[in-house]
Amino acid sequence: MYTQALNSSDGDDRFIEDADRAAAFQARIDDDERIEPNDWMPAAYRKTLTRQISQHAHSEIVGMLPEGNWITRAPSLRRKAALLAKVQDECGHGLYLYAAAETLGSSREELVDAMLAGKAKYSSIFNYPTLTWADIGTIGWLVDGAAIMNQIPLCRCSYGPYARAMIRVCKEESFHQRQGFEIMLTLCRGTDEQKAMAQNSLDRWWWPVLMMFGPPDQVSQHSDTSTKWKIKRFSNDELRQKFVDATVPQAQFLGLTIPDPGMKQDAEGHWRYSEIDWTEFKQVLAGNGPCNRDRLAARRKAHDEGAWVRDAAAAYAEKRARRSMAQAAE
Amino acid sequence: MATPNTPLWEVFIRSRNGLAHKHVGSLHAADATLALQAARDIYTRRGEGLSIWVVPSSAITASDPSEKGMMFEPAESKIYRHPTFYDVPEEVGHM
Ligand SMILES: [Fe+2]
Ligand SMILES: [Fe+2]
Ligand SMILES: [Fe+2]
Repeated sequence: MYTQALNSSDGDDRFIEDADRAAAFQARIDDDERIEPNDWMPAAYRKTLTRQISQHAHSEIVGMLPEGNWITRAPSLRRKAALLAKVQDECGHGLYLYAAAETLGSSREELVDAMLAGKAKYSSIFNYPTLTWADIGTIGWLVDGAAIMNQIPLCRCSYGPYARAMIRVCKEESFHQRQGFEIMLTLCRGTDEQKAMAQNSLDRWWWPVLMMFGPPDQVSQHSDTSTKWKIKRFSNDELRQKFVDATVPQAQFLGLTIPDPGMKQDAEGHWRYSEIDWTEFKQVLAGNGPCNRDRLAARRKAHDEGAWVRDAAAAYAEKRARRSMAQAAE
Repeated sequence: MATPNTPLWEVFIRSRNGLAHKHVGSLHAADATLALQAARDIYTRRGEGLSIWVVPSSAITASDPSEKGMMFEPAESKIYRHPTFYDVPEEVGHM
């Protein structure tokens, strides 16, 4: 999902530093207790969560770019106000998540610098371009829809600060999905060209959205420990199937065709999709998606151009602090 | 170049009249004024609050979770501090 890179292994970091403490820790997890920042935790739990939460935060922040692209060109004031509010929410999500990640001991600056240096990942979906206004509808409907599927179980994640951030995020996401679906519905009830624009957008986003859930279960690493630690409660394929089952009837309601001619409903009512092109997914994760370079360049530019604001605020705070010290000394 | 660290603040919001301020999360800001403005933008986009407090995180002293036994056990064994410890005959009615 927003943390797909976790599915790629970078060596075995699951060591046990203290068997007794590790056993007591696992017992707390098994009892559905929440782990809080000052509690003892295995180094690998801390590392996995730091990576997962910071990748999730980077995804929220980079995710502002494809949608931000349409704010000045939204077709009406109503749509512009909604899109602006949505993008602002995504910024808030990024900030809640950075704060949660920091409770594990890394600083905000380290986390952000790792992303700007291209060392930390964010979700593959944000490396696709928003070519038409319909893409704003599709993103809200499907990208936020997929994010909701992933984030609802995270509200019960074993790490307290992450679970609490997710509760706040989930409360805000439903507006995102509904405004996107409303855009799609308006286009689908509009002229032939508008409906064609909606279909074209679905055609381009469908497969990348299914890839958001990460590699298929047979090849996904990290899942076992994450499940044992109650960070992950459903597998990639389970969440993907839930999402597809929820989405097919919505597409039918819109009168749009899902670009998967092989898709069939099975006896239990599940919509079975065709094989996903995982080479495309790997290419995008490796930095070769349509917009990877643009996204990083835009983040770096924003960071560099904001440097004077951070410097000025810090200098002003220091001046004030010095002045009040001097006054106290008088 | 690494970015210099900006101070961390804890944010407390009173959501309605008569309720207490409740911890909602944290944020980074250079000073208290900026922290208040950032808290407004990050934590009250949908009318969540009537009042905000920001406190430098470094000013908080927390109890040690590994000593929670020693810290809180004395309260747990004193069941006579609870009203249900005392028998009042049913005829007496609600008390
Ligand atoms: Fe979000
Ligand atoms: Fe999200
Ligand atoms: Fe969203």
